Formats: sequence, structure tokens, C-alpha cells
Amino acid sequence: MRMLRLIVGLLLAMSVAPAMALDRETIAQLTGGDPDEQHRALGAAAARGDLSAIPFLRDLLADRVKLAGDKAFIVDGDKVVDALERTPAELPADAEDASTSNSLRLAIEETIALIELASPDRAARLEAVKRLQSAELDESRVALLAKAEQKERDASVRDVLRQMRALGELQSADRVQRLSAAQALRTTISGRVREALKTRLATEDDGEVRVALTRSLRNVESSLAIGENLGVVFSGLSLGSILLLAALGLAITYGLMGVINMAHGEMMMIGAYATYIVQNLFRAHLPDHFQWYLAAAAPVAFLVAALVGVAIERTVIRFLYGRALETLLATWGVSLILMQAVRSLFGAQNVQVENPAWMSGRVFVTDNLELPYNRIVILIFSVGVLLLVSFLLARTRLGLFVRAVTQNRGMARCVGVDSSRIDTMAFALGSGLAGLAGVALSQVGNVGPDLGQHYIVDSFMVVVLGGVGQLAGAVYAALGLGVAGKILENMAGAVLAEIALLIFIVVFIQKRPQGLFALGGRQAD
Amino acid sequence: MLYIPPAPSLATRIFGLRGWLAFLAAALTIFVAVPLANLVAPEGSFLHLSDASVALIGKLFCYAMLALAMDLVWGYAGILSLGHGIFFALGGYAFGMYLMRQIGRDGSYHSDLPDFMVFLDWKAYPWFWSFTDHFAYAAALAILAPATLAFVFGYFAFRSRIKGVYFSIITQALTYAMMLLFFRNETGFGGNNGFTDFKRIVDYPLATPTTRMILFTLTGACLLALILVSRFLVSSKFGRVLTAIREAESRVMFCGYDTLSYKLAIWTFSAAICGLAGALYVPQVGIINPSEMSPAASIEIAIWAAVGGRGTLIGPLIGAVIVNGAKSFFTAAIPEYWLFFLGLLFVLVTLLLPKGVIGLFDTLASFRKERAR
Repeated sequence: MRMLRLIVGLLLAMSVAPAMALDRETIAQLTGGDPDEQHRALGAAAARGDLSAIPFLRDLLADRVKLAGDKAFIVDGDKVVDALERTPAELPADAEDASTSNSLRLAIEETIALIELASPDRAARLEAVKRLQSAELDESRVALLAKAEQKERDASVRDVLRQMRALGELQSADRVQRLSAAQALRTTISGRVREALKTRLATEDDGEVRVALTRSLRNVESSLAIGENLGVVFSGLSLGSILLLAALGLAITYGLMGVINMAHGEMMMIGAYATYIVQNLFRAHLPDHFQWYLAAAAPVAFLVAALVGVAIERTVIRFLYGRALETLLATWGVSLILMQAVRSLFGAQNVQVENPAWMSGRVFVTDNLELPYNRIVILIFSVGVLLLVSFLLARTRLGLFVRAVTQNRGMARCVGVDSSRIDTMAFALGSGLAGLAGVALSQVGNVGPDLGQHYIVDSFMVVVLGGVGQLAGAVYAALGLGVAGKILENMAGAVLAEIALLIFIVVFIQKRPQGLFALGGRQAD
Repeated sequence: MLYIPPAPSLATRIFGLRGWLAFLAAALTIFVAVPLANLVAPEGSFLHLSDASVALIGKLFCYAMLALAMDLVWGYAGILSLGHGIFFALGGYAFGMYLMRQIGRDGSYHSDLPDFMVFLDWKAYPWFWSFTDHFAYAAALAILAPATLAFVFGYFAFRSRIKGVYFSIITQALTYAMMLLFFRNETGFGGNNGFTDFKRIVDYPLATPTTRMILFTLTGACLLALILVSRFLVSSKFGRVLTAIREAESRVMFCGYDTLSYKLAIWTFSAAICGLAGALYVPQVGIINPSEMSPAASIEIAIWAAVGGRGTLIGPLIGAVIVNGAKSFFTAAIPEYWLFFLGLLFVLVTLLLPKGVIGLFDTLASFRKERAR
């Protein structure tokens, strides 16, 4: 029915309005309130390729058009111009808003895009084709696309136009057209093409076309599946990188020092809140440099969390070395105190931490694979932190001392290592790393007093799985758990994935009680 | 000739004279004094005990059972569980299923199914709800379900010699995962809201003072019986071996004891106690939901035991009462300070009172003896 309308509109436009400019009649049709007439006028404008209609259509979209009698005015702030002449005018007192329904707005947008296909600017044409990606394709539009394709010089725009046209021509009555359309869509990887091919295949009678459709469909589907799988792997790596950041600190406090720190998650929370404060300071005092606030937030978060860590080590953990279960309970108490303190200071509600402009947005790899910038940045950040920590442990004096105290406390003391100072430093390092994890978390999730609680179980699982005593285990365990978790989540849902992973860990520990990377030797108690 | 003293009789082994007297006093309070004060003493007289107080004491008794269960595994066998909330909640849910079915058609949708199932548009009970309309089956399930889970989990965990903090953390992860599972509506246990709005138990209305008093005395009886059984266990050879395992597991193994079966036995028994406590808790408190499985709830049980003094049986009971009493006070008067208090309690008790309140009394007593000399 609508197609018929448009064809009629097309014919009418050709016969009645040969003029190449917006005229009073078109404006009257567009603002008249009769949907049939509106769509007819839009079809006509698109068919004429009437570039001069675009400003008025944009005004309509922006609700700037007012009507009085048979005259239309554009109201932009206090400036009023006549819609046709674009000359300053006086707005009559009885002027009313021109109403636009949602379906009309969509049709206007698509019409603008169709008209812009004839734009002299290549970028504008490409942009216009992209905006038409999800537009409905009836015969008149397919004809317009074919016309634009003929005129098009630029190969990449022409390819997209060809694909768009093929999508429309799948419904054509001509089997040759359908056949070539089916073949042309082989390389167009999008969900829409998959659906279009499927629906056509269901009703297609012609054998040869069916073969072409099936072949294209298989191709499109497998490409889409690759995109989907890559997406799952990416989100798994992203989760893994966050787990890794959370677990790196634990790998030092628990893995190296043997201290169970249940307040580790709260250190992350403190890091996230430090980010929040730095963000607010930047917004208030350095609004011009706001987008770089994270560069300042990371060291601040590290320091704040490390200082809190020092305080905890000096007042609580110091007295509990060698009594792991008691340490666990005491640090749980510390975590409760920290959570309630943050709740009292900042309120129980989540606080808003914004992505800087350069971190929002995403890379489009294929139609169904988009990689958000913030997740990519976190991935790189966690690799950087990992390199820094392994350098610190393997190549610096502090790292040497930490390893020495870990391996043999008594002997380290004998050769002059101040083991209690090393304990404090190592604990501060572990806590500071948790603070960095908090900075990363603030960019992808909610920042609230119980932020740490969500990650503490998972990060302990990473350390348990990775094995105590070195970083490599934590890295493999974090990435492995992240990817496996996301894959399972994709298949069975988040909760079942969590449970499945837990069961896996319990079973895994049956086989390798010391984790993935056990240090050699025996322990006695 | 080596002199072997005669083995003490069972009664003297369990309690000394003062212990038995205290036990008798507790029994009299529970079975005579409280019912009289609640049901017979006129309202307004200072001897009267309100229904709310009876419910509160009943709840505390359930918590005391939990603390007792925790003490058996942690205080005697050295296994710190951070997942005892699972067993408690499973017991509660198992018996809750029976209570839900006792609601009958009195729910707000007047259906045979519980409201939340009507809401999910389910047409029949899922398989694990079968037979739960029988009281005996539900009661047995409340104890057997947690015990079975504990047995299976414990078997695998102890077999691979997961111990110490490793074990604690894995139990915590377990309770976290279970909580997530029970939060799902599709799991079939009412999701977020769990079970509530119970109306009847064995066809008697729940809200009457008599029903409540019967439940209360039943809880008290169970608690007293459990104290006796636990006392019997820890003073037996079995208990000695457990203590030895706590102190040096490898050495016990080298002496030829199969530590796996000892640990598994006390672990499963402890879980069964939790299940019983959960089953008694639900009808008295009137609600069970997944938050009972949160890691925080489970770790709180450990602090009850620590505050009272683990390894003493009576200590954890006192600890449960102290901490929960403080909780009731704080959450009513100054709620924002409750977590500060609880957190400090964790820190200070582990730092300063490793033997808990009981240990404090012991220290005071020996101090007095010193001075008297």
C-alpha cells in the first residue's frame, strides 16, 4: 500500500512539480497533517534529488517550523524567517507548531539521506549511505539507489550502494535481479542481510536463486559467527584484565606474603573513590584538562590505597603473621569498617565517575563486533601494570628483598634484611595495586561502597587457581577465568557460569592442590 | 605395675557437678519459667514475657545452634568454614517448602501453587518440591540436604587436603555462588524474596501464642540436646583425635589415623546442626531468603564463636547472644555505627581476645588465685 503511494507520489511529482526547488505546495503537503500526503511529498522530494529541501526538512526534524494560515515560518531562537524565501519575517500571533509523528520523522531522516546521496561531497555521501543501513527498501528507493550507484565515482561508496540495492532487489519480481542480488550479498556481513536472506529463502521458488541464496547465507552466517565469537573472547579478555588487576595485589599480599587480606576489595573501592575525588577536583579547578584526569587519578589512587594499606599492616596484620585464619577475620573486620566509613563520607548511593572523552566510543570491527575504547584502554593498562610489577619484583632491590623474605624469613634477617619494613612495603605495594584496579573499575562499572565485595571472591579464586608464590599463575588464571567465564555466560547465563567455574576450580584443585604453577619442594607443618 | 585409673562414667565425663546444675537450671528456665511468664503471667506484670521477646529468644537459640556447629568444626577440628550460612539456609528452605505448601489456597492469587510460582506462570511444582507437603519428609530433608551437600563437598575438599585459608576461601566462594543461584527466580525458591507469609504448621495457625511456645520449647530442647551430644563427642576419643588434627594434622596422619573420615564426620554433623537450626528458625522468624547465604552472614557466625571463645562449646553460645544482642541494640538505636562496631569486634577480638570472653574469665580467675596466694 505504502509502495503504491510512493509510486503514485513519484508520478505525481514528475508530472505536477517539475521545478527543482522547494515550493509552497510541498511545504503545505509536508506540514498538512495528512500522513499519506506527507509521505508522498517526501517520496517526490527524494525522487527529485532536491538538495534545496534539506534545510527545511532539518528544521522540521528540529521542531523549528511554525504554521500560520498557508504560510510556514522557521523559528530559530528569536530569529524568524519565511520557510520558502528564507527572508526575515514577522511571526503571526496565531502561529502553531507543525506536528511531526515518529514515523514521519523517520521518513524525513531517510529522505534527507536519500537526497544527500547526490551530494558532491564524498564523505557526506558515505555518511548518507550508512544512515540508510536500516531503512526500508521499496521499489522507488531501490530505483534511487540504482541511479545514485550509476553516477557514483568512488568505489567504496559504490560498493555500499550496490549492497543496499541488492538488499532491496532480493524482493524483486525479476529472477535475474534476485539472482545477482543474492550473489552480491555474499560479502555483506550484517545481521540485517542474514535476516533478509533467510526470509527470502523461505519463499523462493526458483532453484538457481535458492542455491545462490543458500551459499550467500552460509557465508554471511559464518562470518557473523566469527564476529560474535571474537566479541565473546574480547569481553572475556576484558573481564580477565580487570580480574588480573584485582588479583595482582592479592598475588603479592597473599601469594608472596601469605597474608589473607579480606579488605583487598575495599582497597579497590578506595582507589575508585580516589578517582572520583580527583575527577571532581579537575572538574572544579582544571576543566580545560578534564580529559586527562585519569593520568592524575592513577598515582593518587595508588598512594591513597597504599597508605591505607600501611596503616592496616602496622596496626592489625603485623600482630597476626603466621595466624592466617585470624588475619582473615581481622581484615574482614577492617573491610566492614572501611565500607561503613565510605558510606558515611560519600553516602550509600553510587557516585558518578565519567569516562574522559577519548575513552568513550568504540571501534567497529564488523557489523556485530564492536570494541569499546575504555575496555581496550584497561586491557593495555593492566598489561602495563603487570610489566611494572614483574620488573619491580625481578629487577629491583625491593623485589629481591620481598622474594628473600618470602623464601626464608630467618635467613633474610640474618643477612641484614629489615624484614618488618619489607612486610610493610610489600603490603603497601599490594594495596596500591588494588587501588589501581579501582581506577580501572571506576571506568567500566558502578562506584559504590560495596564495589569491592563483588570482586573479592573472584580475585581470590584467581590466586587459588594460579597457585601461590608467583605472578605467572595469576596472569594465566585471570585471563583463563575471564574468557572461560564469558564463554560459559554466553551459553548458560551469568549465574550458572559462576557456579560452573567454581565447581571447576574445586575439581581442578583435586588434581593440582597447589594451583597451576606450583613451586617445587615440600612443605611441612 | 602401671596404674590405669578407671574410666569416668558417661555422666561425669560430659559435665561436672556444677555443669549439670547449670544444665538443669537452663532446662527449667526453658520448659517452665518462660512458658509460665509468657502464657500465665498477666500482661503488664513485671514477670510477663512478651510474645516478641519469646520470638527473639527463639531466634537467638537458633543462632546459638549455628555457633555451636561452627565451634565443633573450627574450635575443635581447626576447619574455619565461611560457608555455614549455606547449610542453615538450605535447612530453612527445605522446611520453608513445607510451610509454603501449608499456606494452601490462602495466598493472594488463591492458587494451589505459592504466589511466586503463579507470578512466574508455572503450572506445577518442580520436581524438588515433591513430597514436601509431608511434615516428616520436609523435616528430614532440612537435615539431610545440608548434610549431603556437606558430605560431598567435604569429601572432595578434604581428600585433596585443602585446608586452612584455602578451605575457608573456597567455602566462601561456594556460599557466594549458592546465593547467586537462589537469587534467580528460575531456581524455584522465590528468588529475591525467598519464602514468607507462612500461615500454618501441621494445620495449626502459626500466629497463636501456643504454637509459638511449642516451637520455642522445641528449639530449646534441640539446643540442650545438641549441647549434650556435642559435649559427649568432644570428650570422647573422637574429640581427642579432632583436637589433635587441629594442632598437627600431618602428625596424626603419621600415627595411622585416617584424618579424612574424622574431619568429614564432624563437618557433616556440623552441617546437619545448621540445617536443623534453619528449619527451626523459619517458622519462628517467618522468612527465609538468599541473603542468609551471603558471605557476610556466614563469616558473622565465625565471629560469634570467636567472641565467646572457640573450643569451649559454651563460649560460642554466649558469643552468639552477645553479638546478636548488640546487633539488635545498634540497628534500632544507631544503625550507622553497627558496621563500625562489628568491624572493630572482628579486629579487637582476634588481636586482644584470642580465647574470647570465656578466656577473659579464665584469666581473671587465675589472676585472683595468684593474688589470694
